[in-house]
Amino acid sequence: MTAPGTALRSPALRARLRGYALFAAVALLLLVVAPLALPAFRLDELAKYLCFAIAALGIGLAWGQGGMLTLGQGVFFGLGGYAMAMYFKLHDADGDLPDFMVWSGVEKLPALWKPFESPVVAIAAVVAVPVAVAAVLGALVFRQRVRGAYFAILTQALAAAFVILLVGRQGLTGGTNGLTNFYDVFGRDPEAESTQRTMYFVTAAVLGVLYLAARQLVKSRFGRLLVAVRDGEDRVRFLGYNPATVKTVTFAISAGMAGLAGALFVPVVGIISPSLLGVVPSLELVVAVAVGGRYALAGAVLGAVVMNYAKTEFSEQWAGGWLYLQGALFILVMTLAPKGAVGLYEQVKDAVARRRTPERPVPAQSVQGEAA
Amino acid sequence: MREPFLRPLAAAVLLPAALLTACGGESGDGAGGGASGGSTIKVGVLHSLSGTMAISEVTVKNSETLAIEEVNAAGGLLGKKVEPVVEDGASDWPTFAQKAQKLIKKDKVATVFGGWTSASRKAMLPVFERNKALLWYPVQYEGLESSPSIFYTGATTNQQIVPGLDYLKEKGKKKLYLVGSDYVFPRTANKIIKAYAKANGMQILGEEYTPLGHTEYSTLVNKIGEAKPDAVFNTLNGDSNVAFFKQLRSAGFDAAKLPVMSVSIAEEEVKGIGIDNIVGQPVAWNYYETTKGRANDTFVKAFKAKYGTGKVTSDPMEAGYNAVHLWAAAVKKAGSTDPEAVKKAAAGLSLDLPEGKVTIDGPTQHVYKTARIGVVRKDGLIDEVWSSKEPIKPDPYLKSYPWAAGLS
Repeated sequence: MTAPGTALRSPALRARLRGYALFAAVALLLLVVAPLALPAFRLDELAKYLCFAIAALGIGLAWGQGGMLTLGQGVFFGLGGYAMAMYFKLHDADGDLPDFMVWSGVEKLPALWKPFESPVVAIAAVVAVPVAVAAVLGALVFRQRVRGAYFAILTQALAAAFVILLVGRQGLTGGTNGLTNFYDVFGRDPEAESTQRTMYFVTAAVLGVLYLAARQLVKSRFGRLLVAVRDGEDRVRFLGYNPATVKTVTFAISAGMAGLAGALFVPVVGIISPSLLGVVPSLELVVAVAVGGRYALAGAVLGAVVMNYAKTEFSEQWAGGWLYLQGALFILVMTLAPKGAVGLYEQVKDAVARRRTPERPVPAQSVQGEAA
Repeated sequence: MREPFLRPLAAAVLLPAALLTACGGESGDGAGGGASGGSTIKVGVLHSLSGTMAISEVTVKNSETLAIEEVNAAGGLLGKKVEPVVEDGASDWPTFAQKAQKLIKKDKVATVFGGWTSASRKAMLPVFERNKALLWYPVQYEGLESSPSIFYTGATTNQQIVPGLDYLKEKGKKKLYLVGSDYVFPRTANKIIKAYAKANGMQILGEEYTPLGHTEYSTLVNKIGEAKPDAVFNTLNGDSNVAFFKQLRSAGFDAAKLPVMSVSIAEEEVKGIGIDNIVGQPVAWNYYETTKGRANDTFVKAFKAKYGTGKVTSDPMEAGYNAVHLWAAAVKKAGSTDPEAVKKAAAGLSLDLPEGKVTIDGPTQHVYKTARIGVVRKDGLIDEVWSSKEPIKPDPYLKSYPWAAGLS
């Protein structure tokens, strides 16, 4: 639970101002320094990390703040990605059938694809479809008071089932290959360096806006209620709130973020395929959030960027055994800092603060495990 | 939660950005070391070294590395050594696309040898086409593709699937049952098989797909038993073959009772399936370790010397090995590593390679290949029992087969 009243003290105000200054510094770094310093394809890779960071931000909200361990975030990432890719495919085909339908023996454009001829519908669907799916699922599940490990297993099963569905309906979805080979992304060539730069700025901006919005949400009454639901769902219910609504709304928001991340991923990397949405990639996202520190939104972002960067760097340095390094990094962080990098930072800071002002009472642990 | 959410965010971005910047600088300096200058010619080797495909793709990486060493031992190319840059596609298609981009843009490689699954090739294709770079793809595939940026050194359908069917027809197998993994190669292959069957008076009794990695085949084996086909055409990939052949055998179906023609099982896979489960079964490829010829003796000997006597050589490995030698010959002929010059020089180029004489067909950028039907021996190697008399001209769109009209 939050230590009450801290926001009113002036050191807190100063801390907040410092925070905004740092946010501005990070924004400057991302929007000015990185584009100047990095070659286009490295910037493109950074854009990919930022896509995962957007999805991780959603997990930070749902899991870190709300205690909902969602192991199926890939599903929403995929729904957003496929919605976007379907538009690109239809736009490229220009009235004909997309290439993979031809070689899968499909003769008429399936009805499901029709609406995606419109860019407006496709972009709306990027957020709307994941939100709707998560809202329906959440409403059903949370009302039945399914939580903890049961919820985690359920979402994981959803990811597994989604992949089987996508692979099995090759004519409709491109099967294992997924959707790729786009020639025209809103009038530009997706492989051109200028497009990659533009996509990078768009992704960074979306991440920045969503981060600020998520932070605002966490600080609001709703955010406090969410943390309360995480730490004592039954108590919140006795106080007259409906935890199911709080959780459903948060789950839907996190799904919307994943959908947006998936949609940005498509022009950034140039492909969406079932291998991005299954159990393993969904777990990787959660692992990244755990490494960064799930109790702070910045931890989720940090984790996603660091883990994906490490993946690229390790695999380039040691193509044959990089997975061991990646695993070692995870084990190291989890052993030394079970609350992730941000948790470690806070522990150190608390220790320093305690030594400086020994008369101050030790603040209550900011977090007491996750909801059962 | 407490206030300073933002400070860690700074670290989140500063750290990797700083590291990336370091890489950026290095890539700027490294530009001279690429194809255009420096003392080496860099080439990319991009296969899955981790994940489900690693077991197959590592073997191709090995044979390609061997071929690169051979080129260097013979004096290199254009007075320079060839230097492989190995990357891991991690059995993940988007990773293939990104690593291809990295090889082209950062390492400035002259060409890339890579891929196994069709999905990985489809993911890399736009990267190579837009960057006007070259990919050598070493595995048999489902055809219906001919990218100006890809050389295909494995078989297309008319060099493997169609000869496999010709063989079954010759043996009087009229009723077929189709079993495949659920992805683009088996589905396309079966589309072709059905068209062939229709034109040749054969009957398709059933067509079943299972997800990649599926291992429960008792229901399917029962279905096959009830349908009583003359033969099964098997396009299962990977681990599924182990379960399928085991369960088939425990239901009493051996090679004599029910021949199962496979197109994704080579020497390497036979070991994994268990020789007892598959002995005597036919497979369709263009090369076996036992293929006769001096070039193959050299290849097999060199491979075993480098990687161990217990290792086997297989069709995709040989196609990867061929790719390196064909590219090297084209570079020599062109006097340059420029992709356009290499493509021009490669058209019509002919070399004696382990499978025999291999010629590159200029228009399709596929190669002429001899089709060979083999039977699994008791020691796990494969004996050739039938072959097309000469190398077959590649026809990825099956344009020269009247029965295939409307397939592409």
